Amino acid sequence: MKSFIYEKAATPEAAVRAGAAARFIAGGTNLLDLMKLQVETPAKLVDISRLDLAGIDDGDDGGLTIGALVPNSDLAADPRVIGRYEVLSRALLAGASGQLRNMASTGGNLLQRTRCYYFYDTAARCNKREPGSGCDAIGGENRILAVLGTSEHCIATHPSDMAVAMRALNAVILTLKPDGDSRRISIHDLYCLPGHTPHIETVLEPGELITHIALPKPQLGKQAYRKVRDRASYAFALVSVAAIVHVADGKIASASLAFGGLGPMPWKDAAVEAALMGREPTDAAFAAAADALVAQAKGHGANDFKIPLARRTLIATLRDLTGA
Amino acid sequence: MHFTINGRLYDVGVDVRTSILDLCREHLGLTGAKKGCDHGQCGACTVLINGRRVNSCLTLAVMHQDDQITTIEGLGQVGNLHALQAAFVRHDSYQCGYCTPGQVCSAVGMLDEVEKGWPSHVSKDLAAPRFDDSEISERMSGNLCRCGAYPNIVDAIREVAGIESKARTADEKDAAMASEVVA
Repeated sequence: MKSFIYEKAATPEAAVRAGAAARFIAGGTNLLDLMKLQVETPAKLVDISRLDLAGIDDGDDGGLTIGALVPNSDLAADPRVIGRYEVLSRALLAGASGQLRNMASTGGNLLQRTRCYYFYDTAARCNKREPGSGCDAIGGENRILAVLGTSEHCIATHPSDMAVAMRALNAVILTLKPDGDSRRISIHDLYCLPGHTPHIETVLEPGELITHIALPKPQLGKQAYRKVRDRASYAFALVSVAAIVHVADGKIASASLAFGGLGPMPWKDAAVEAALMGREPTDAAFAAAADALVAQAKGHGANDFKIPLARRTLIATLRDLTGA
Repeated sequence: MHFTINGRLYDVGVDVRTSILDLCREHLGLTGAKKGCDHGQCGACTVLINGRRVNSCLTLAVMHQDDQITTIEGLGQVGNLHALQAAFVRHDSYQCGYCTPGQVCSAVGMLDEVEKGWPSHVSKDLAAPRFDDSEISERMSGNLCRCGAYPNIVDAIREVAGIESKARTADEKDAAMASEVVA
C-alpha cells in the first residue's frame, strides 16, 4: 500500500475542505482492498466514519432519509425499510457477507468500483484504472462483465445490489460540495456510461461528499429482488432484477424495474416499463418487456449467456410478483 | 496510538496503513485472528468491534482508537472457554483449525444479530425471521473453511443457539439450490 496522509474529519464541512486529491474513507471495505493492490493510491485519506450521518429519518413527504454512513446491515434490518422498501432490504441482504455489511456504508456502496479482473490486475491494460491504456477484458475473461451500455473502451459492470434497488425506488442523492453548496442528484443521473472516459463513473465532483440518500414515498405494488449468481451466497450478481409492480383491475398500473450485473451502472430502461404499462400481466407482456431490455444487448463471447439469462430472470420475477 | 483490545489498553506506534489484523498479529502478539486472503473474502480475520463482527483485514487500526475490539483471545481462554468454543470442540467443528478463530468470532456476532431480529437473505418474512440451519449457513457464508467442516460448524452453532436439531433433507437442499436457478 502506498503511504498517505490520514485526517479525521469532525464535520462534513471540514471533510469537503480537505481538497480534491483526498479520498473519503468510511467502511473502507472496497477502498482499502484496492489500496492494498495499488489500484487506488490516494495521497490523503479523510476519515468520515464518525460524522453524524448514521441516522435514518422519516422524510416530510412520507419517504425516508438515510444517512450516508448507515451500515448496510442496519439499513437492511430497519423496520421502516423492511415494511415499506422491502426490495432494498432484499437487495442489501443478497450482497456481500455479514461482516462486510456491518462495515460497508450506504454512500460507499453506491460508489464501489467494478470487480472486473483486469481493473484489479495492475499488470493488465484497463482504461478505467489507467485511462488510454486499453481494455484487456474485451477479448479476455469477460464472463462476469457487461452486455448493456458498454463502449469499445470498457465493458465493466457496476457490482452493487443495493444501488439496483435504489434505482427502482427512484432514490435521490444529497451531497455537499467543496465550495459548501449542497445539491440533490437523482440516482438516475448519478452514474455515467463509460464512453471514451470509463474512469469517470459518476457526476460527483472531486471532493464532493454524499451526505444522505432520500427515498421518496413508497410506490404502490409488490416488491422483489431476484439475484442469480454462481453460488447461493456471498457472490456478485450475474444478473439481478429489482422490481416494483402494481396490478390494478387486472392490468399493470405501474412498474419500476432495475437490473444488476448487466451494465456499467445499475441499469434502468424506460422502454422495459413501457412494455408492461396498461397490459394484462401475461407471459406475452413479460416477453415484450424482456425483449425491450435486451434489444441493445451485446455479448463479448464468454458473457453471451447473460442475455437469455436476463430475459428469463425478468420474466420469472414478473411472474412471481403478479401471480401470473 | 491507543487501542482497547479484549479490555486491555495498548499504547503503540504503528503506521497509518496498519490494519486491525496486522496490529493484533504483528505488533501486539495477538495471533488468534488469522490472515487468510487479506482481502475480505475468507473471514479468517473476523473480530468484533463494539460487538459487531467485521473483517479486521479491511479496516485501518488508526480509525478504531476509541472502539472496543474483541479477538478470539478475549472470548475465552484455556479452562474458561466461550460457549461457542466449547461447542466447536464438542462437535469437532474443524480440521486444520486455521479458519476457526474467525468462525467463532463470526458466530458470536451472528447470534447477536439474530437476537436483535436482523433478517437474512433466506428469511421468508424479513420482519420475523425464523432461525434454522439454512439461516446459519447463509449468515455464516462470509467464513470459508477449506477443510469443509461446515456440517459440524452448523451443529456447534445450532447447539449454542438452542434451536432444535433439524437436519435438512435432500429435498430441502434441492429446493434451496433450485431457487437460485432460473428455468
